[in-house]
Amino acid sequence: MGHTLAEKILMHNTGVADCKPGDIVITHPDCVMFHDIYTTNVYRKFKEMGFTKSWDAEKVIIMFDHLIPTCLPLDGDHMKHGYQFAEEFGARKVHAGDGICHQLMPELGYARPGNVVFVTDSHTTTYGAVSAFSTGIGYTEMAAILGTGEMWVRVPSAIKIQIDGTLPDGVCSKDIALRVLGDLKAAGGTYKSLEFCGSTIDAMPVDERLTIANMAVECGAKVGLFAPTKESCTYSNVNYDDVSWLHFDDDAEYEKVLTYKAEDMVPYIAAHPYVDNVKPLSELEGMKVDKVFIGSCTNGRLQDLAAAARILDGHHIAPHIELLITPASRSIFKQAIALGYVEKLVRAGAMFTHPYCSLCEGRSGGLLCDDEVLLGTNNRNFLGRLGSPKSKTYLSSPAVAAATAVTGYLTNPADVK
Amino acid sequence: MEKSFEGRIWKLGDDIDTDIIMPTQWVTLDTMDEVKKHAFEPLRPELAAAIQPGDIIVAGNNFGCGSSREQAPEALSALKIKCIIAKSFARIFFRNAINNGLLLIESKDLPDHCQEGDIVKVEINHCIWCNGKEYDIPRIPENIFQIIEDGGLVKSMQKRNHCLK
Repeated sequence: MGHTLAEKILMHNTGVADCKPGDIVITHPDCVMFHDIYTTNVYRKFKEMGFTKSWDAEKVIIMFDHLIPTCLPLDGDHMKHGYQFAEEFGARKVHAGDGICHQLMPELGYARPGNVVFVTDSHTTTYGAVSAFSTGIGYTEMAAILGTGEMWVRVPSAIKIQIDGTLPDGVCSKDIALRVLGDLKAAGGTYKSLEFCGSTIDAMPVDERLTIANMAVECGAKVGLFAPTKESCTYSNVNYDDVSWLHFDDDAEYEKVLTYKAEDMVPYIAAHPYVDNVKPLSELEGMKVDKVFIGSCTNGRLQDLAAAARILDGHHIAPHIELLITPASRSIFKQAIALGYVEKLVRAGAMFTHPYCSLCEGRSGGLLCDDEVLLGTNNRNFLGRLGSPKSKTYLSSPAVAAATAVTGYLTNPADVK
Repeated sequence: MEKSFEGRIWKLGDDIDTDIIMPTQWVTLDTMDEVKKHAFEPLRPELAAAIQPGDIIVAGNNFGCGSSREQAPEALSALKIKCIIAKSFARIFFRNAINNGLLLIESKDLPDHCQEGDIVKVEINHCIWCNGKEYDIPRIPENIFQIIEDGGLVKSMQKRNHCLK
């Protein structure tokens, strides 16, 4: 009997000869990361537990991305506690303001194919795009791993999602993510491994895979996994032959298989106030929008800024629109400047912020007032998350967001000439 | 931990996410006593002040979905919620609640047959009673029960490190 990608990585990590869904295994993470929202909690819990040293300073990473630049005076304490942890107990690297943690972990090669990675954030599923078993945990559990180097995991059952063919123009990986979430619903993947395959997926660059893996958690999944490709191994700077064991087995047991034809995909919208409230854009086209946000660990990458620049080039945003753009990392920001995307977007009327969690974190930069409507490329539209509980948030791809910024109403990118 | 107890119900719906349980504006407040006052604020601003120690939350599917925000279960623990009974729980919330010593019980049936203010009686690993009806509940796995029994993961680790106060 074959194994799912999740089972293969867990067997590789733990050394057990076989495992099946429901088994509890003790993993030894290849690395862990905690970010500035939780530095204070992790620091305090770690000391309270009676530990004096992290289990392996080489495997501990700390990132400041949610609270930087600070928006409240107390926020700075969280950076202080991050640096204090690194100095007193040991951490490989502290990143301050280099970008959103879920972009940096794969971009800087911390999360790699076949790894087991835990991070104090739900969108840790992102690194499944580079074939890492990576998932979110809380600060108390992080403190325990930092002391022991161990973490128990229940082996998940798996859902295979197969997509074949070529996506139509103006449709991108975010639309695939929304379509799958709309079909599986908010709890349809709870505790499970979502495993993506098919010719569309095989040909998909890492940047686009990251968007899909990022949103796997929105149906409750533990991980959202892709098999390594030559391209993804180049991205992660590993030798493909060293990770080729991590391939799909024809005889692996999946509790469900969803199959899609890429040609059937259209632009989708997740309507307020649930991510699984997914509708084809055509049903909502023409709805008035007040603000547009392009950014986040879901869609703040170079290809996303390129798509927005292509659509907004030569246009100006509608008079009643505010367009906020946040690149996902410093490196992406620099490339977008070098390639001229930033200039085109600023000329079109965009406001740029430094790479950080930005509006998606709901604490700073563009919070929504009562009755305002936002179209964002981020991953969550929950009640009150991005400002007033009386505001509304809709989610889309960067192409739909850019087209909507031009007209001020939900717009299909194909209609902006 | 007591093997059986009873408490008054606060009733919530499906997909109660961590942004509702604890809005992000409040997570960096310095003490849990300040944080807990904002529990459920976007949905029911009056609720945190009305919850009494020993009360029980009953909810629908996917309770605790969304972010890894541990302030959500920690605040409910600080409000001295006795346990949460829901049709299902989101996975990170589930782990976080256990690690904070907060008991979670899955019941597919009870949430459809009780009202806010009803009294529910719980017998751990056995069943729950409400309005004269009995509902079976699953056994809690040994490794998880041990963490709850220890009073949460901090105390478990203190025990491991021989520094339990």
